[in-house]
Amino acid sequence: MTTTTTAVLVPLLPFLGAVAGLLTGRRAPGFVRPLAVLPAVAAAVLAVVVAWQQGGGKAVDAATRLTPTGSVPIDLALHLDGFAVLAAVLVGVVATCVQLYSTAYLRNDPRYPSYAALVSLFTSAMLLVVYSGDLMVLLVGWEVMGICSYFLVGHYWETKEARAASLKAFLVTKFGDVPFLIGIFALAADAGTFRINGILTAAANGGLAHPTLDALLLLAGVAGKSAQFPLHTWLPDAMAGPTPVSALIHAATMVAAGVYVVARLLPVFTASTAALVVLAVMAAVTMVGSALAALAQDDIKRVLAYSTIGQLGYMTGALAVGDRSAAVFHLLTHGAFKALLFLGAGVIIHAAGTNSLSAMARTGGLARRIPDAYWTMTVALLALAAIPPFSGFFSKEAVLGAAEHAARGEASGIPGAAGWTVLAAGLLTALLTAAYAGRLWLMAFRGTGPEAADHGREPVAINAVLWVLFVPALALGLAAWKLPDWFGGHALTPTLTTSVLGTGCALLGLVAVHAAWRRSRAVTAAVPMGAVAADPDAAPYVSETETIATHEQAYGSIAGAQDPGDPGRLLLGPLHRHAATGFHLDVVYSALFVRPTRAAARLAQFLDREVVETYVRGAASAPGLLGAAVRRAQTGNVQTYLGALFAGSVVLAVAAVLVATGA
Amino acid sequence: MHLVYPAVLAALLFCVGLYGVLARRNAILVLMSVELMLNAVNLNLVAFDVWLRDTLHAGQALTLFVIAVAAAEIGIGLAIVLLVHRNRGTADIDRLRDLKETPDDRPERPEQDQQKAEAAA
Repeated sequence: MTTTTTAVLVPLLPFLGAVAGLLTGRRAPGFVRPLAVLPAVAAAVLAVVVAWQQGGGKAVDAATRLTPTGSVPIDLALHLDGFAVLAAVLVGVVATCVQLYSTAYLRNDPRYPSYAALVSLFTSAMLLVVYSGDLMVLLVGWEVMGICSYFLVGHYWETKEARAASLKAFLVTKFGDVPFLIGIFALAADAGTFRINGILTAAANGGLAHPTLDALLLLAGVAGKSAQFPLHTWLPDAMAGPTPVSALIHAATMVAAGVYVVARLLPVFTASTAALVVLAVMAAVTMVGSALAALAQDDIKRVLAYSTIGQLGYMTGALAVGDRSAAVFHLLTHGAFKALLFLGAGVIIHAAGTNSLSAMARTGGLARRIPDAYWTMTVALLALAAIPPFSGFFSKEAVLGAAEHAARGEASGIPGAAGWTVLAAGLLTALLTAAYAGRLWLMAFRGTGPEAADHGREPVAINAVLWVLFVPALALGLAAWKLPDWFGGHALTPTLTTSVLGTGCALLGLVAVHAAWRRSRAVTAAVPMGAVAADPDAAPYVSETETIATHEQAYGSIAGAQDPGDPGRLLLGPLHRHAATGFHLDVVYSALFVRPTRAAARLAQFLDREVVETYVRGAASAPGLLGAAVRRAQTGNVQTYLGALFAGSVVLAVAAVLVATGA
Repeated sequence: MHLVYPAVLAALLFCVGLYGVLARRNAILVLMSVELMLNAVNLNLVAFDVWLRDTLHAGQALTLFVIAVAAAEIGIGLAIVLLVHRNRGTADIDRLRDLKETPDDRPERPEQDQQKAEAAA
């Protein structure tokens, strides 16, 4: 098989798996699991084969004309360069892990067949985005992901939170997609083609008439999809979905798509200094804000969700300083350790019977109950905190190194302000990231109190997946020496200055959170709180559904908890209250968009009910009244009728005579 | 004979018949009045036929048709009156008011229909 054929099969197999799963799910339940797992495994293997054959050499391009449109044609195009093939490997591996994990996590779920099919469709759409060489075809995958995320986040639609979250995810991402679509049209109109290669050539030759406008329009879609400020609010709420879906959305698909698209179209962005500065500021605000919010969350999955937003902020920061190698490198390592963190969090929620960190801090012996999740998550959290020698350290150093490079004005065409912004925000976020990673670990695994309920050993499918993802989370950083061959860029190895600064910040964060935790332990022990759902024999998803549905009743809010023993409360001080609600952005959006929309809906309802329907009712009742008047003549007496008839004919006759004689 | 005599006679006959149809209460007398009106028309037809010297005698032919139709009409009419009398014991036209519009069998308004449908559902 040629590389092209293999590459076509990679997105096609999960798509066929999804179609077959949706068609046969009800009638042949025995085929559901193989149909879910095998296409994902095959896609992952084929993606590895494609990556091997491409080998970081010259980009492979293949295209066939999909449809002539009369102006700019649409091509079914493949573009396989080092970025595409490696991102596809990540998507394939994570999707396989998620599918395997789901077989155990959602066992006995009556909706598992449609769930597995949608995960396959999601994977297929992301692979399409990764491989596509045509912006229109890319947009198809982009939108399919949007609708899949809507269905998957709303998988537990019995709970109010899940319904609201899926709707929010859909609306917010679509809100960004409209400018994105216009941006694609603007690019295509300037470049005369939807092919990414053509657009990049036009951008390099200065063929784009309005690079700033194009870049900002695209940025809106990217901010929605990749959950960047100010369109990030859907991501924490999307935690109401099943844990494997969170892992898939956060690690490999959906949020990675936005960063990947900017990486592909980077010359369009570097053509405009203003766009780069906007990107840098967006990344900085996202990073710092999300890290502060993560420090105040009580739901373990919401901590991870805000950490995803922050890590995506690092990637956009790397793109803002014009270094896509560092961005995609961080995308790869983050995909590995974030998938591991989410899948591990699913195990913790099952074992602890709650998603609340406050409740876990009052439960003892959790680490002994789930040793596999404990060890793998410890490493993944160290990688998240960028402690050497774990994978996150190397990729974050690559980002910070690129920012420092740009800040010193050594990168051509990149404004130094963008570099400084990203560097300062990156270092501050490194400190905060280490703090919330440490807080999560201390509260989840170092709790004291009554022992957690015994849920038995987790299934092999779950533990095996954790250990599979453990390998890249531990060692993917070594790729820093190998990746420049693939990406054709400069070296990604850590530089001394940023390494010392970054690691110093991270260690400072860890020390601070540890001190805060030691001080607040006494309070934690003194104030009992927390509600735990124990279902020793049920599938893991049952505990999760219950805990999502009850978090608001038990702790007063979907995000935070009134826990005086929380080390995050001690560290943040008066900021904690605002950080727990994500700095009140939801309230602002509610005032800006939700309430005006509701008011407009009420106005439309009033106009329809009271104004339009009045005319309709009038049109009906006027003939009714006339009819009632005429009905009075119906006396039932034949002679009256005949008399009226006679009188009428006489009148007519007289009239006829008068007209005939011309009187 | 001048045309005015049969014409005036026919008009008088017709008026008598009209009065009977509109004013009499007994159904049989109403039917008889109808006959009077028809025959007034017949008289007109024959008179004008003669006065116009129609070679085809369309007036006389039409008279024959009217007589035949009148015979059929009176046959059916009397049969109906007979049955009505048997059923109700009267042939008084003023009392045969079953097709009268009464306030309570008016068609219902759409809202009431809707409410009924909701109640049924």
